[in-house]
Amino acid sequence: MIILVASLILFLVGLYAIITKRNMIKVAVGFSLMEYSVNFLFAIVGFRPGALPPILQAVEVGKVYSDPLPQALVLTAIVIGLGVTAFMLSLILRLYNRIGSFDLEEIQRLKG
Amino acid sequence: MKGMTPIVKVVARIIGGFIFIYGCYIVLYGHLSPGGGFAGGAIIAAGLILARLAFGTTASQERSTLISSSIFESTGGLLFLLVGLLGLFVGGYFFINLFPSFGTPGRLVSAGSIPFSNIAIGIKVAAAILSIFVVLASTKYIFKE
Amino acid sequence: METFPVLLIAIPLGGAFLVPILCKAWDRLAEIVTGLCLAAVLALSIYLAFSLEAGKPLVYLFGNWPVPLGIAFAVDRLSAFMLLVVSILVFFSYIFAIRYMDHFTGSGKFYTLYLLMLVGMNGVVMTGDLFNMFVFMEIAGISSYALVAFGTEAEELEAGFKYMVMGEIASMMILLAIAFIYAATSTLNLADISRSFAAMDKTPGFWFVLILLMSGFSIKAALVPFHSWLPDAHPSAPAPISALLSGVFIKVLGVYAMARIFFNVYGVSRASYPAVFNALLILGLASIIIASLLALKQTDYKRLLAYSSISQIGYIVLALGIGNELALIGALAHILSHSLGKGLLFLTSGSVVYRVGERDITKFTGGLGKQMPWTSLSYNLGALSVAGMPPFLGFFSKLFIILGAVKAGFIVPAVVAGLFAVVTLGYLLKITNKVFWGKEGIKGIKESPFVMVFAMVSLVVLLVAGGAFFFWLKPHLLQPAADVLLKGTEYAEIVFRIGAGG
Repeated sequence: MIILVASLILFLVGLYAIITKRNMIKVAVGFSLMEYSVNFLFAIVGFRPGALPPILQAVEVGKVYSDPLPQALVLTAIVIGLGVTAFMLSLILRLYNRIGSFDLEEIQRLKG
Repeated sequence: MKGMTPIVKVVARIIGGFIFIYGCYIVLYGHLSPGGGFAGGAIIAAGLILARLAFGTTASQERSTLISSSIFESTGGLLFLLVGLLGLFVGGYFFINLFPSFGTPGRLVSAGSIPFSNIAIGIKVAAAILSIFVVLASTKYIFKE
Repeated sequence: METFPVLLIAIPLGGAFLVPILCKAWDRLAEIVTGLCLAAVLALSIYLAFSLEAGKPLVYLFGNWPVPLGIAFAVDRLSAFMLLVVSILVFFSYIFAIRYMDHFTGSGKFYTLYLLMLVGMNGVVMTGDLFNMFVFMEIAGISSYALVAFGTEAEELEAGFKYMVMGEIASMMILLAIAFIYAATSTLNLADISRSFAAMDKTPGFWFVLILLMSGFSIKAALVPFHSWLPDAHPSAPAPISALLSGVFIKVLGVYAMARIFFNVYGVSRASYPAVFNALLILGLASIIIASLLALKQTDYKRLLAYSSISQIGYIVLALGIGNELALIGALAHILSHSLGKGLLFLTSGSVVYRVGERDITKFTGGLGKQMPWTSLSYNLGALSVAGMPPFLGFFSKLFIILGAVKAGFIVPAVVAGLFAVVTLGYLLKITNKVFWGKEGIKGIKESPFVMVFAMVSLVVLLVAGGAFFFWLKPHLLQPAADVLLKGTEYAEIVFRIGAGG
C-alpha cells in the first residue's frame, strides 16, 4: 500500500513539474517522472512474496513464480517512453535553434 | 563533433569491439536469458555511439549515418514483419511459432522463430538509437537554420 | 476474410517500412507505394463493413493463443464501421496530399508517418486488448505529433510541443488506469476484464480508475475543459493532416475508445451508471456551447474550423450521454458525416492556402468563388452539411441526436443542439462571406490542381450520396454498429464463445 501511494506521489510530482515549470527541459523531465511512476506501479503489481523469477527450466509444481506479464508491459512502456522522450527533446532542440530560448513564455506565439 | 583525447581513443579502441560482441550475445541469447532484441540493440548502439564520441565525425558523415541508419531501421522492421507474415502464410496465424520443437530447449538452437524476431528487433533498435543520438547531438549541423 | 484484421495492420506497416528505403531511389515511388497500400486498406474495409455478419465478430488470435491468454483482435460491426470511416478519409486526404505536399521537403518522412498513423488508428479500432490499445494509441499519437510539427516553423513546433504535452498527459493517465485495472483483474483482454468487472464492488478505487480513463480520453477527444491544445495543433499541421486529425483522429482515439471501454467493458447503461452518462452529457453540452461561441470570434480560416471540430465532437459525446438507440445511431452517423464534412472543409482550406498562401480571413477581399469555383462549391456544400442542413448527411445525424434527446426526455439538450446547429452555420458562413463571395478577387489566382479538386469533389459526392441513401445506410451500416454498443457486456460473451476454442 505504501509503495502504491509512493508511486502515485511520484506521478503527481511529474504532473506538477509539467504544469508549473517554464523551462521545456524540465517539462520533459516531468514526463520521465510520470512514466517511471507508472512503470514502478507495474513492477509492484507483478511482485509475489518469495517468488522465483519466471524463467521456466523444467516444470516444477507447487513453486510460486512472479508474474512475467507486467515485466513485458514495463519493457513496452519503456520503449514507448524512449520514443516519446527522444521526440520531445528533438522538438525542444529545434525550437531552441529557432528562437534561442528554453522558456515557454518566450516562445509563445499562438493565442486565441 | 570533435574527437576526444588520445586516452579516450585508445580505451574506446580496446573496449568498443567487446561492447559490440556483448550486444550481439544479448540479442542472440534473448530467448534463453534476460535481454533480447531491445536490450541488445541498445548495447550495440552504445558501442557505436562510443566510437563516434571518441573519434569525432564531420557533418557529412553525420548525414550519411542518418541515411544508412534509416535504411537499416526499415530493414529491421521489414524483417520483423516478415517473421509474422511467414507465420501467417505457412502456419495459418500471424506470429505463430513455425518450428517450436526444433532443437533442445535451453540451448542456442531452440524456440523456433523467436530468435529471428529478436535479431530483427536488434537491428531496428540499434539503428534507431544511433539515429536518435545523431539527431540530438548535432541538430545544428544537420538542420542549418 | 479471416485474415483481414491482420492484413489491415500489416499492409500499412509494411508500406511504412518500405517507403524510407524506396524514396532514396525515387521520390515518386514512395507516393505510389503509399497509394497502393491505402487503396488496399480501403478495399478491405469496404468489404468488411458491408459483409461482416452482425453479432458474429471476427476474432483474430495472434500466434493462435486462445482468448484470455494472448493478444486478440475482435472486429465487430462497430469496428468495421470505424475502419470504413478512417480508410475513406485517409484515402482522399492522400489524393489531396500528392500535390499539396509539393510545398514541403522530405515527402518520404511524410508518407512514413502518414502510414504509421493509419496503423495506429486501425489498431485502436480493431484490438480486443487493453494494453495493445494503448500501444496503438501511442503509435498514432507520436506520428501525429511529428506531423503537426512537420513544417518546422516556430509556430508549428510550438503547436507540436503543446499538443505533445497534452497528449502524453492523457496517455499517462490511461496507462495508470491500465496498471490499476491489471492489478485488480490480472488480465488485459477486454472481454475478460468485462467479466471481472461484473463481479466487482464499486469501491472508490473503481470510480477512481473510471475517472482516470474518462479524463484521459476526454483530453484525447478535446472535450471542452480539456480542449486547449486542439485549436493550436490542428491548424498548424499541413492541410491533409488537419483533415485527418479533425476528421477521424480525435474520434478514434477519444470517442471510439471511450465508447468501447465504457459501453462494452464497464457495461454502462442509464440505469446502472447514471453519473457517467450525466458527465458525458455535461461534457458534450459544454463543448457544443463554449466551442461554438469561441469559433464565432476567430479570424483564422483553419482555427475557426478547429473550434468547430470541438463543438461537433460535443454533439457526438452528447449523444453517447443520452445513450438510447436513436441517439447512438445519430452519434455514429455524426461520426461519419462530420469526418467527411470537416475533412472536406480542411481540404478546402489547404486549397486556398496552396493558391493564395494566406489563412487570415480579414486579409481576403472576397471573390475567390469566381476564380476557384470548385473549392468554393465544396466549401459551401461541406459547410451546409456540417451545420446540419437538409438534404446532406449532416442533417440526418443531427436530426437523430435531437430525436433521441427528445425521446429520452432531455428537452434542454435537444433545444441547445438544435439552436447551435444554426450558430454552426453562422460561423461557417463567415468564411464564405469573407473569402468566397463578392466581386473583387485577388488577381492571378487559379483553381487548384486536378487531384486536389478531385479529392474535394469526391467527398462532396459522398456527403450528398450519404444524405440521399441515408435510409439505406441506416439498416446496413449504422444500426448493427449501434447494436454493439447497446448490447453492452454481451460483447464479452460473444468474444469468448468465438475466441476461447483456439
